[in-house]
Amino acid sequence: MSTMSTATEYAVAALIVLGALFVLLGSIGLARLPDFLTRLHGPTKATTLGVGALLLASAIFFSTRPDRGVSLHELAILFFLFITAPVTAHLLAKAALHRQAKARDGEQRTTADREKARSAPESPLG
Amino acid sequence: MMRRFFPRPLLSLTVLLLWVVITNAASLGLLLFGGLLALAVPLVTRPFWPDPPRLVRPWPALRFLGIFALDIVTANWRVARLVIGPLHRLSPAFVEVPLDLRDPFVATLLASVVSLTPGTVSIDVDRQRWILLVHALDAPDPQALVREIKDRYEKPLKEIFAC
Repeated sequence: MSTMSTATEYAVAALIVLGALFVLLGSIGLARLPDFLTRLHGPTKATTLGVGALLLASAIFFSTRPDRGVSLHELAILFFLFITAPVTAHLLAKAALHRQAKARDGEQRTTADREKARSAPESPLG
Repeated sequence: MMRRFFPRPLLSLTVLLLWVVITNAASLGLLLFGGLLALAVPLVTRPFWPDPPRLVRPWPALRFLGIFALDIVTANWRVARLVIGPLHRLSPAFVEVPLDLRDPFVATLLASVVSLTPGTVSIDVDRQRWILLVHALDAPDPQALVREIKDRYEKPLKEIFAC
């Protein structure tokens, strides 16, 4: 720790704060946004820049320690996150669309029924 | 001969790099074992893979990665402002992006890139009509978004994989 230069310490601290800020913003988005599909945008944001900055901070911190070499685990974490996050988002969005489509179909049927019911007594007049 | 032992050179390279990254491989033994994995994994998983597109232009690929990283940062700021600002000003929209590319793998890559840049999530790739369905958090002008996705991401990807 003591060999870590002040500049590196500042960089690591700044990256951790930045990462935490974006994870927080992602959570705020998740809580505030009005419906499912807009809410989906919150977490995707948190995983990219938020976790990205935290991982970068981790990589710098462990790479500048005197007893170890370069720390590259973080790159692997980032890689796996980046190839899995879109899959989750895609599956969630598709599931939501299917449910919505079902709900909309039901709705249309009921409004159609209602209209039929409404127009039925009128038809003898017409 | 090369083709026989390395049916997917790029996959082999990825496996090797991941192995080095995960183990922080410093010793020769670890490196050799990684090489063994890089040889075995593509051979064993060969039946699972669809016909892969060839990465023909590595340098534009690197440039694309750079642009992508920058876009993640700028789009994050934009979406962060949207999220803490007044929500009634948002105009979320479904946007259909007609695709020029015709390769399932590259289409998946494009969809993932769109999902990872904040503000847009790809929902479906229609492989009959080759349309990418995207949900945008705030798209007052859907046509502009379509153009942006096509110019910024689809065009370079088409160039990189020559498809």
